[in-house]
Amino acid sequence: MYPTAKLALENISKVFVTSGGSFTALAPVDLAIPAGRFVSLIGPSGCGKSTIFNIVAGLEAPTTGRVLIDGNDATGFIGNVGYMLQKDLLLPWRTVLDNVALGMEIRGTPLAEARQRALPLLQRYGLAGFELQYPSVLSGGMRQRAALLRTLLVERDVVLLDEPFGALDAQTKSQMQDWLLQIFAEFGRTVVFVTHDVEEAVYLSDEIHVMVSHPGRVVETLPIDLPRPRARSIVSTPRFVAIKKYCLDLLRLDEQQDVAA
Amino acid sequence: MTAKTSFLSSPVSQVFTRRARSGGNAPRRIGRRLPSRRLWPVWAIVAVQLGILVAFVAIWEIAADVGLVDAFFWSKPSAIAATFVVFFTDGNAFTDIGYTFRSTIFGFALGTSLGAVLGMSFWWSQNYARIIQPLVICLESIPKLALAPLVILVFGLGLASKVAMATALTLVVSTLTAYAGVKAVDRDQEKLFYSLGASRWQVFTKLVVPSCVPWIISILRVNIGLALTGAIVGEFVASQYGLGREILYAGQTYDIALVWVAVVVLSALSMLMYVAVSWLESMLRNGVVR
Repeated sequence: MYPTAKLALENISKVFVTSGGSFTALAPVDLAIPAGRFVSLIGPSGCGKSTIFNIVAGLEAPTTGRVLIDGNDATGFIGNVGYMLQKDLLLPWRTVLDNVALGMEIRGTPLAEARQRALPLLQRYGLAGFELQYPSVLSGGMRQRAALLRTLLVERDVVLLDEPFGALDAQTKSQMQDWLLQIFAEFGRTVVFVTHDVEEAVYLSDEIHVMVSHPGRVVETLPIDLPRPRARSIVSTPRFVAIKKYCLDLLRLDEQQDVAA
Repeated sequence: MTAKTSFLSSPVSQVFTRRARSGGNAPRRIGRRLPSRRLWPVWAIVAVQLGILVAFVAIWEIAADVGLVDAFFWSKPSAIAATFVVFFTDGNAFTDIGYTFRSTIFGFALGTSLGAVLGMSFWWSQNYARIIQPLVICLESIPKLALAPLVILVFGLGLASKVAMATALTLVVSTLTAYAGVKAVDRDQEKLFYSLGASRWQVFTKLVVPSCVPWIISILRVNIGLALTGAIVGEFVASQYGLGREILYAGQTYDIALVWVAVVVLSALSMLMYVAVSWLESMLRNGVVR
């Protein structure tokens, strides 16, 4: 169906059956994400963004539909994509280095080798000097860096990032966004990014899928044709502001419908 | 006089004087100071503690001499001291101490580790946990000390029965604690492991076991006390050696001084093991837990 897509969702839906009836978390969704793209999903809470991620990561079974990676059916298989959850989930009893090496270790790489591969990345991407510290000494931003490096080092082409910067303060957040853009440029992975923050989505993405709730679904797909590499100053250009306003209007419309319903 | 003048010219003293004029004859308080706590030096604390101990022993001795306390039932410090010397020179003091020590340590190690393994095994299957956990709680509600005669019958008069008693007392507590640790494993962390493609075994060894370690460490100090209790009760019921047997034997032969000696030695043993386990705990905490 999508021969060129790195990651494709075919008619994916999710219905939860509860004692009080059934609840449609996700109406059938079709998505095709080409290789090497940075794609964001934006939408209100409860629009099924995280459900999509759990389904793609194989942690939840979809009610209908298939997940295709490189055209192969990957529905219900774990470990085929890198998945960074909202919390950093660093293990407090492992050093930063061993936390970052965890993904490789689970994939069967001997720990010594995994450490060797992780070490230069920690130094290159802002964790130099903290390799042998424990996560408790890291700041929020550094914890997220470690968590993202752990995800990237699993060496999967597709990386899912679920609101990675949601809990950070504004200044750290914008630093982390630039850091992520650098990583994205250097690693060349296909990134799917979930956020509440419209400006963040526009700043980072090649494409935005706007989602709404009740039931969760994708209502619009917007290509973001801003040139790369992007500098922070881009956020005040008319084109950026126009895209951002358009997204916000779409989301607001959904909010009003919710209130009316 | 000059000092007084400068005092009066400071802003604080103006407050004083204003108060003094309006308030009457207690002008000097502006408010309340933070109460100060003066800590005595360690030697003073220890001196008072020793003083209390010496006074207690002296009063006991004198009371026994003048007949206020019946030395037949309560013995007296001088007799206890004499028995103490005899106990360590003539008797099997070290055999008994070693015996009780060994059963306690074996029971402690066995009960704690078996309990930890059993408790963590509940992670593997919800169904298994739901079936077994109520049984474990039933086991917890049995007064295990009441089982001592049965345990002696099954495991014999030797060390095995004492170890079994010590194990019985520590096992259930350890199991429930380790299971509490399992239940406290972060669901999101489990999700992370599976998203990385982990097997059940990898989740168990790399996540569940390390998460439970602090829980198991926290039970060590409780367990050493329980294990000692188990061992002593085992010796009470039937034994050839041990401090528990010594106490029982001394009681039956009205050798109250010997009862006291054994109790003192037992307390010393208990404290020693408690200190050792506390040390072990802090070592483990610094090394393993972050």
